[in-house]
Amino acid sequence: MPHAKLFLHRRQQVKTFGLTATAISVIALSASAAAARDQIQVAGSSTVLPYATIVAEAFGENTDYPTPVVESGGSSAGLKKFCEGVGENTIDIANSSRQIKESEIEACAAAGVDEIIEVRIGYDGIVFANASEGPEFAYTPADWFNALAAQIVVDGQIVENTNSNWNEVNPDLPEQEILAFVPGTKHGTREVFEEKVILAGCEESGAMEVFMAEMADEDAAETACMSLRTDGRSVDIDGDYTETLSRIESAANGIGVFGLSFYENNMDKLKVGTMSGVTPSTETIASGEYPVSRPLFFYVKKAHIGTIPGLEEYASFFVADELAGPDGPLAQYGLVSDPELAATQDAVANQETIQ
Amino acid sequence: MTDFPMPSDASRKPSKSSLLVADARTRKRNAAEKRFRAYGAGAIAIAMLALVILLTTIIGGGAGAFRQTYLSIPVALDAEVLDPKGNRDPAEMSKVLTLSYGRVLDAAVVEAVKANGIEIDGLTPKDMSGLISKEASAQLRNRVLADPELLGQTVDVNVLVNGRVDGYFKGRVTMESAAADGNTSPEQLKLANVLKEGGMLVTRFNWDFVTNPDASDQRPEAAGVGVAILGSLYMMLVVLFLAVPIGVAASIYLEEFAPKNRWTDIIEVNISNLAAVPSIVFGILGLAAFINFAGLPQSAPIVGGLVLTLMTLPTIIISTRAALKAVPPSIRDAALGVGASKMQSVFHHVLPLAMPGILTGTIIGLAQALGETAPLLLIGMVAFVREFPGAPLEGLFDPATALPVQIYNWTQRADPAFIERASGAIIVLLVFLLCMNVLAVILRRRFERRW
Repeated sequence: MPHAKLFLHRRQQVKTFGLTATAISVIALSASAAAARDQIQVAGSSTVLPYATIVAEAFGENTDYPTPVVESGGSSAGLKKFCEGVGENTIDIANSSRQIKESEIEACAAAGVDEIIEVRIGYDGIVFANASEGPEFAYTPADWFNALAAQIVVDGQIVENTNSNWNEVNPDLPEQEILAFVPGTKHGTREVFEEKVILAGCEESGAMEVFMAEMADEDAAETACMSLRTDGRSVDIDGDYTETLSRIESAANGIGVFGLSFYENNMDKLKVGTMSGVTPSTETIASGEYPVSRPLFFYVKKAHIGTIPGLEEYASFFVADELAGPDGPLAQYGLVSDPELAATQDAVANQETIQ
Repeated sequence: MTDFPMPSDASRKPSKSSLLVADARTRKRNAAEKRFRAYGAGAIAIAMLALVILLTTIIGGGAGAFRQTYLSIPVALDAEVLDPKGNRDPAEMSKVLTLSYGRVLDAAVVEAVKANGIEIDGLTPKDMSGLISKEASAQLRNRVLADPELLGQTVDVNVLVNGRVDGYFKGRVTMESAAADGNTSPEQLKLANVLKEGGMLVTRFNWDFVTNPDASDQRPEAAGVGVAILGSLYMMLVVLFLAVPIGVAASIYLEEFAPKNRWTDIIEVNISNLAAVPSIVFGILGLAAFINFAGLPQSAPIVGGLVLTLMTLPTIIISTRAALKAVPPSIRDAALGVGASKMQSVFHHVLPLAMPGILTGTIIGLAQALGETAPLLLIGMVAFVREFPGAPLEGLFDPATALPVQIYNWTQRADPAFIERASGAIIVLLVFLLCMNVLAVILRRRFERRW
């Protein structure tokens, strides 16, 4: 009997080693073959993510192509991944909540990604909201600049920002401690916030001229305008809007920066402030009355058209009237439809690349 | 001798108390033991309380995900909308998008409200059309494309309702919150109430949550963990088939065969060190080694599995070595004494006896790997994936997500209904872990040997 047992043990042994060998050979095999990819890979902006998932889902349902895989992670991270190179193990589309930068185009070209199709899908508003039980706010960009900039101008002098209450910034604003949750630097929303609110406020309040006189260099003055205070009044949120929302829920005097669509999905928890007297909505953003809006984009790697099935179709499906038009599901979710959508559709059809 | 208390010292006289009456020192010792036991019981009580709080919040928040509200209504399939060319050719008909089917469904709700004589003040067409989930249009489209003859007929459908209305029946949405909400209205909820009384609206158990793939932000009611379960399962298989043989073989060699010298010392220190390396580091390594260098696809469970294998190996090696060390040397000596070779003594005697310990270590390693999100972030698995991966082995190369990733993903969505989904996914993850642990206990029982 011991012999039988011994034999059994050896057989088990052989089996284990056999399995290991199979597993290793499978990996080796795959590494050389790198199975052809048949679904589109998308990455980038968390602002564009909900729109991209709505389109991806509808694309999978309405066509014979598989549903694209959509990753989040922020505009800059997405574009960086996009610019890694050409090939099946790189992504096909980068979503971005800001336009691609010159430096990124260069980085792309250096990695062999020289043909990029830019597609503008519509506009998104950036709104400022506090907890629904809080007071009503009516801001101007200058208020935000004076509340959050690191250095402000008082009586023609550049001083460190020591404002601690909104009514110190502007007597018309409610008495509430300044505490703002702004998107972190990896978000495209941050740049729009800096440019359209802080910088605009800097110019509006006349601080820009003082900075210009002081520094004699426009870039330096703009940088000085846009640097936010670091004493804890302005808090960078690197996560998504849900994180901003939960921070506001736990800090009653906090004010958060959100995308319009996020606000529209959480209207019962948030109270939105007006900007220069205009309440944000798809209508006021479309008409251009609400000042803080930005275009949303996605970028397609032209070299992948033809090798990745459905890439071209996905791009044109995204900007089709049925989806991105004013009555489409994207507009329902909070996207402000682009008035020049027809031109975008043509550009996608002709595969026009960035020069 | 001077500092030793003298028996003649009056204060140190041995007490004359009987055995039945405890003296002061005994009482003190007994009290200390009692206190220590109380501390222990207190610690257990705190841990239990934490567990109970955790479980009640998760189950309270997530149980809703397993129940879903469905609406059954008759739908008139308008041939002019759904087949504009009128030739019943599925290829032509597939040009009609789900959005048109959505409108057909919306019209059906308006029709049903009229047919049942429901009258609610201030009820707008938007309230009625918003009742049905957007998922329903895809279901209806597939049904019609599969059988074009249905066109022109009136068919009964059983479809999901919108996440807000569903939330109303689960207590997440109230009339007050609906009044402030742009996506629903108190009138819509009143209509839902009436339909529920009429038996058209039913909240029932929802298997779809376990089998469905993820869904976009517009339809939280249809989102499920199907792809995530498969992805996690595939990754666990990869880890099991790679980490266990490699880990066990490495430990046997190090423990039983390797000479004790400077090299093995360095290896040993490194293994212990690796066990404490943050998991995100393995993700960076995986991106560089498996995706950029080896050219494996993004978002694939095989890459996730390989990364997690690297992460789990140190845990498995350390626990396997501990288990091998715990086998008494007498077993080895006896085997060698009756003429077994070193290898025979290890494989026939030491390894089977160490098996329970190895299994425990393996399961702990696997459980740790199952809950890991950070390394998957870098290899593209934190993504929106709706297509189910194929059967192994090819399916290992298809995109998939994993359970912890799905939970993380859902907590970031704008629609509050996804929070319930996230809690539901946590329940699924806990059940998954429980199954793994039960399996480990069963296996351990079978291998357990006493000496």
